[in-house]
Amino acid sequence: MALHSVNLNELFTYCWDMIRAIRACKTAAEERAVVRKECAAIRAAINENDQDYRHRNLAKLMFIHMLGYPTHFGQMECLKLIASAGFPEKRIGYLGLMLLLDERQEVLMLVTNSLKQDLNHSNQYIVGLALCALGNICSAEMARDLAPEVERLLQFRDPNIRKKAALCSIRIIRKVPDLAENFINPTASLLKEKHHGVLITGVQLCTDLCKVSEEALEYFRKKSTDGLVKTLRDLVNSPYAPEYDIAGITDPFLHIRLLKLLRVLGQGDADASDSMNDILAQVATKTESNKNAGNAILYACVETIMSIEDNGGLRVLAINILGRFLSNRDNNIRYVALNMLMKAITVDAQAVQRHRATILECVKDSDASIRKRALELVYLLVNESNVKPLTKELIDYLEVSDQEFKGDLTAKICSIVSKLSPEKIWYIDQMLKVLSEAGNFVKDEVWHALIVVISNASDLHGYTVRALYRALQTSAEQECLVRVAVWCIGEYGDLLVNSVGMLDIEDPVTVTESDAVDIVEIAIRRDTLDLTTKAMAFIALLKLSSRFPSCSERIKDIVSQYRGSLVLELQQRSIEFNSIILKHQNIRSALVERMPVLDEATFIGKRAGAMPTSVSTPSAASINLPNGIAKPSAVPLVDLLDLSSDDAPAPSSSGGDFLQDLLGVDLLPSSNQSGINPVPQNGTDVLLDLLSIGTPPAQSSPSTPDILSSSQDNKTPVSPLEGLLSPPSQPKQAASAGAAPVVDFLDGFAANPPKPEDNGSAYPSIVAFESSALKMEFNFSKPPGNPQTTLIQATFTNLSSNNYSDFVFQAAVPKFLQLHLDPASSNTLPASGNGVVTQNLKVTNSQHGKKSIVMRVRIAYKMNNKDVLEEGQINNFPRGL
Amino acid sequence: MCFEKVIRELSGVILTRGPKLCNFVEWRGYKVVYKRYASLYFCMCIDQEDNELEVLEIIHHYVEILDRYFGSVCELDLIFNFHKAYYILDELLIAGELQEPSKKTVARLIAAQDSLVETAKEEASSISNIIAQATK
Repeated sequence: MALHSVNLNELFTYCWDMIRAIRACKTAAEERAVVRKECAAIRAAINENDQDYRHRNLAKLMFIHMLGYPTHFGQMECLKLIASAGFPEKRIGYLGLMLLLDERQEVLMLVTNSLKQDLNHSNQYIVGLALCALGNICSAEMARDLAPEVERLLQFRDPNIRKKAALCSIRIIRKVPDLAENFINPTASLLKEKHHGVLITGVQLCTDLCKVSEEALEYFRKKSTDGLVKTLRDLVNSPYAPEYDIAGITDPFLHIRLLKLLRVLGQGDADASDSMNDILAQVATKTESNKNAGNAILYACVETIMSIEDNGGLRVLAINILGRFLSNRDNNIRYVALNMLMKAITVDAQAVQRHRATILECVKDSDASIRKRALELVYLLVNESNVKPLTKELIDYLEVSDQEFKGDLTAKICSIVSKLSPEKIWYIDQMLKVLSEAGNFVKDEVWHALIVVISNASDLHGYTVRALYRALQTSAEQECLVRVAVWCIGEYGDLLVNSVGMLDIEDPVTVTESDAVDIVEIAIRRDTLDLTTKAMAFIALLKLSSRFPSCSERIKDIVSQYRGSLVLELQQRSIEFNSIILKHQNIRSALVERMPVLDEATFIGKRAGAMPTSVSTPSAASINLPNGIAKPSAVPLVDLLDLSSDDAPAPSSSGGDFLQDLLGVDLLPSSNQSGINPVPQNGTDVLLDLLSIGTPPAQSSPSTPDILSSSQDNKTPVSPLEGLLSPPSQPKQAASAGAAPVVDFLDGFAANPPKPEDNGSAYPSIVAFESSALKMEFNFSKPPGNPQTTLIQATFTNLSSNNYSDFVFQAAVPKFLQLHLDPASSNTLPASGNGVVTQNLKVTNSQHGKKSIVMRVRIAYKMNNKDVLEEGQINNFPRGL
Repeated sequence: MCFEKVIRELSGVILTRGPKLCNFVEWRGYKVVYKRYASLYFCMCIDQEDNELEVLEIIHHYVEILDRYFGSVCELDLIFNFHKAYYILDELLIAGELQEPSKKTVARLIAAQDSLVETAKEEASSISNIIAQATK
């Protein structure tokens, strides 16, 4: 057996060959082939435990790794190289360790011992390699094991080791903050060093120590502030030093790091802040700002001034620097100025407001990074007094902005408008402008909110519908505009045609009934619009068919054209609406009555409820599908009410059939097929099924199929009448709108679904939450055949003597649970227990039998116009839920 | 997230930016500071609160050291000697924190370590000569 020689020339010649071969590849497939071949050879060498070519192979592997191929099989080779004796092997071994491994890998534990030996090595360059690797990849375990070595090396004779040890210590204390106190004393002595490398790393270590340890912060604040101020002063006044000079400034890096440390020391401490005022003023006024290095220092200095305790004069200086930055022609400087103004706004909003015009210009910059920063800043700058001009500017810009910026811009404008709008008409005007310009970028909740506002502004209905009609003529391709417009035309079509409620500011417009139908028809016919929009347009037509008797025939024709539509939703609507128009003239007008006013407070409450990610609410789901495109849960009983009072008494089987026919409830195929469904006991069951309140389709009524059901396969129940309700409204309100005895009856069901008989009371009720002001009780029931699911009825009682308004209940559960909240019965809770609010929850426990239910709750309400927030965790659920 | 995916994503963002725009892009909650030298882009990913202008200076500092080491550095130098580019970086930064503000010191430390490697090489070849003679 021959001994091979370690020839390092050979190593990289061969590695070069591989790189050349890879670079010569013309296609990705060729490259893969070369890499595969190389990897196979390397694996073979690894299996033979080849020592001579180990470093060459590792070098190749690193290159292959950089190209994005897997190289895990080479990890052990790094460890072997690190464990070998020579410097060249260790050097490449440590590089491989840093490139191929990261701290998550188990293999890393094996290297701790080698690192320990190398940290104690007699060759300082080997010590340096070990420190560098440790500083880059050290895990918490390694930090604990090796901290004493690193701490000792902070006092090593050679400064180049001390500086590496200092940076390595940063990693250690970030991984294990408990170790911080061991490093306080050695760090204090590093701060006194003259060597720039040691000083700069010492300052960084000190900054990090102060971040992780209050004790360290106190210590350095007391002992080192003055020394650091002196160091900075010496540095600022130092004569030309070629080794550290950048653009005429001695060591800007050290400047910046000292300023950063002073920021940490001065923050929240008046004395420390005071002692650094002079030097900060000097840096702020004396630093040259014609080169990047100088600006970097000024930027750091401004940040320090903004962070430390208030000194009026310095703040003015800092704001002036930012003003200069903002008008700089260099985009980098403008970017950092915007960045810093965002922080300054909390300190001195007035000063930032002065630069409003310039900032607004930056929103229109050609540079996306600057635009984004500026928009964020403008958003923070808007208040009641400037909302109108700022919004105008932003909307004007919306017309000309880049497509990819429109999304951000639209979201911010909508947010500003809804947050700060001084009056409803302004809000509606602005939203209409946004919808006309960027209707495709508007989020669902934004236009839902708009509809809620419109619905509440009864004096503006005519104005709004006319404005929308005009907007639609020019911007018919903007999806959300079309949706809002067809909704309003459907609701307020008569106001459009008769110019009711004309405001002085309006231009008179003459719209005939057939014009109104035209524009809705265009929306249905336009291919680019999506299904939701078309479905909404269908409902608008149905409503118009009753509002405009003269157009009824034409609408019937339009609607019936879609009887053969391949889009199931449209086909279904077409057939159902056609049936309403043809067969049920007597109830049509009642059916398509104007929507009751949508309750703003509930909508806002629901939106707030839907915000936290872990909270699941039905409102989120049904708001997204407001128009009955998919099935919103448990809300839309409303439209049935008129029906049942008009034609047939609800709890009769004939009534059930009738309803079914009208609603096109698609429960029938499943019941036909299975044939084993329980026969409903009484009419209420039928109704319940029809309304699909918490009952699966399989339990549906076995009544005879009608012509409608044939078109409906096994799709989830969609009752088209739900669609009349755009954003879902509350059963309570609906009751007040419909007002018949049956109404209350149905309404009662909405709030309290009847409990299944079999195990309805198997679980005791609990007091889930009680404070001095509020009590919440939970009643439990289980739907039959579904042990994972628990129905909870929450009852809230007001224990205080004040009424609560804006009452919102939110709940969050861990991942193994699914939570579904129905709307609360009311958002006001009368004082002293004179009435309760109830709310139904449905919890599905995926770990049923293993884990019990837990829940966090948050209850918000207003008492005497003051916001009150109560929070709690519920752990006392009965076992086995 | 793998190295290659980061590169691909960032190239998409950075390469499409025009020449006069600022050198910062916001990316996945971080900022990326980039600087172009001929056809080469140097990028550094930093936290939100880091000083962007200083990072530009650090990148330039690194490029100057590379330039001095390779003698007007070009792309091929860095491809074929990627390990050396890393060694130099390791003398300049550790875990993203600046280690040494003096270009001269970095150059000196790299030279000292390179010569250690050279010495080892010479020793190895002389040993192999001795062995070769002994086994003749």
